[in-house]
Amino acid sequence: MNNAIALKSILTKEIQRFLRIWVQTLVPPAITISLYFVIFGSLIGSRIGKMGGFDYMSFIVPGLIMMTVITNSYSNVASSFFSAKWQRNIEEMLVAPVPNWVIVAGYVGGGMARGILVGLIVTLVSLLFVDIKIHNVWVIIATVSLTSATFSLGGLINAIFANSFDDISIIPTFVLTPLTYLGGVFYSISLLPDFWQGVSQINPIVYMVNAFRYGFLGISDVNIVTAFLVIGFFIATLFTIAMVLISKGIGLRS
Amino acid sequence: MSHALEIKSLEKTYKGGFQALKNIDLTVKKGDFFALLGPNGAGKSTTIGVITSLVNKSQGQVKVFGYDIDTDLEKAKSFIGLVPQEFNFNQFEPLMNILVNQAGYYGVERKVAVERAEKYLKQLELWDKRDDAARMLSGGMKRRLMIARALMHEPQILILDEPTAGVDIEVRRSMWGFLRELNSKGITIILTTHYLEEAEMLCRNIAIINGGEIVENTSMKALLAQLDVETFVLDLSPHNKKITLTETDFRVIDDHTLEVDLNKNQNLNHVFQQLTEQTINVLSMRNKSNRLEALFVNLISNKEPNKKSSKESPIAVTRTSNKKAN
Repeated sequence: MNNAIALKSILTKEIQRFLRIWVQTLVPPAITISLYFVIFGSLIGSRIGKMGGFDYMSFIVPGLIMMTVITNSYSNVASSFFSAKWQRNIEEMLVAPVPNWVIVAGYVGGGMARGILVGLIVTLVSLLFVDIKIHNVWVIIATVSLTSATFSLGGLINAIFANSFDDISIIPTFVLTPLTYLGGVFYSISLLPDFWQGVSQINPIVYMVNAFRYGFLGISDVNIVTAFLVIGFFIATLFTIAMVLISKGIGLRS
Repeated sequence: MSHALEIKSLEKTYKGGFQALKNIDLTVKKGDFFALLGPNGAGKSTTIGVITSLVNKSQGQVKVFGYDIDTDLEKAKSFIGLVPQEFNFNQFEPLMNILVNQAGYYGVERKVAVERAEKYLKQLELWDKRDDAARMLSGGMKRRLMIARALMHEPQILILDEPTAGVDIEVRRSMWGFLRELNSKGITIILTTHYLEEAEMLCRNIAIINGGEIVENTSMKALLAQLDVETFVLDLSPHNKKITLTETDFRVIDDHTLEVDLNKNQNLNHVFQQLTEQTINVLSMRNKSNRLEALFVNLISNKEPNKKSSKESPIAVTRTSNKKAN
């Protein structure tokens, strides 16, 4: 059994899926991000002034890109894996000698591929509105990859437990969106009162957005090493949970 | 020599307490064409689910070509090709992608997978549809697609759960030919079906499951030999005579239809001779029901699970069923 071929097959299937429905998967983020730039950047941003020593538009670009990456990575795996459960084509993999880690890696890889591709599209769109500076490209690559992996794993766990399409929209609506909006995408958490700064420290998205912003602008509300440790902790935890769930056949085997 | 499939003391109890399988023992020889029959809800699909690891067993042992699914699951899986009862492919994916990706899950190189996909799509008359989304196919085509998919890694054992359900007779017969050809090449085939004629025509050995228990497990030949009585329907030329037949149970259905029950010691010549003496011509003749069907109804309807059938007389049952039909 060649696990590399199995992994490649799952990845290919996942990438083919979101490219086949590109109107649903690739175009909307570009439109949404353009609206953010017009409203928050041009119209409101000009009245806000500088933040962290940068124009408001430049300040929010990394956060908006990261927000798009998070949303797309999560929703790609959640909807694809749940659809595979719903149509029962997940059984194609379950009856085959594919190790569980390959299934997890394949779906997470697919989520990362979409998250990063959409991130690139949004970055290109943002170039129409603002000059993008790059402080440390490796931090950018590492942050976007690890964050994408984290939320792909989250989407997978959501899909494993989901019994209906409603179940895969509850977490993004009631958990992911609030955490993202409160994760320092639109503001520096240093502007918050001490208490709320402390509360923000338990929001993992704060670390992801700030590490990503550091890669572009060289500024961050949190320590970069701490940020990577937090992201690493979430990846390890979510991967372990996903593996246990799939090994036990939760939501997959009767 | 290890068997293609060995099941020992298999039990499955679902959440909620429903016991779907009760201490099942089953052995399928390499190269066999094996029928697993039973009424709806008998435990056929659960048994297949356990073998293919889609259902977690509660207890017992399953070995595929000697590999225990508890200790060598991936190896055991590599021998099996599954054609499930319900369509379980991505309806939006093109046929070619479905097949090539499926082969990839078994570690088949893409180049080889593409060649195999072409071979099976052509053999199963789906080649023209290779780039279409699966949802565009007819029911019969979808069944054939699932057979092609199950063969992509060239399995040693092919398990088909109701493969011809909802398929017209022409397609069904071509699928029978295809399955026979696969079996002749050495592939072990396990078949569940509601078409008992299909099982009788194709399978050499048979197990009948009812209420989660195996109630019969024997060769098709031995099972059919249990059938002591066969009922024939004779179409007669128009006549106004009162029919009399000696030493034979018979029923006059109408002016031109006669049903005759014959046991193993009797022959049709005796019946024809008597009808000829009464100047009644027989225009045509057929079996009242499929032979296996009569036995199946006997085993399922009139026996407690776990009691072997061969010791009991199916004659009474056959007559009973005939009376019911009349």
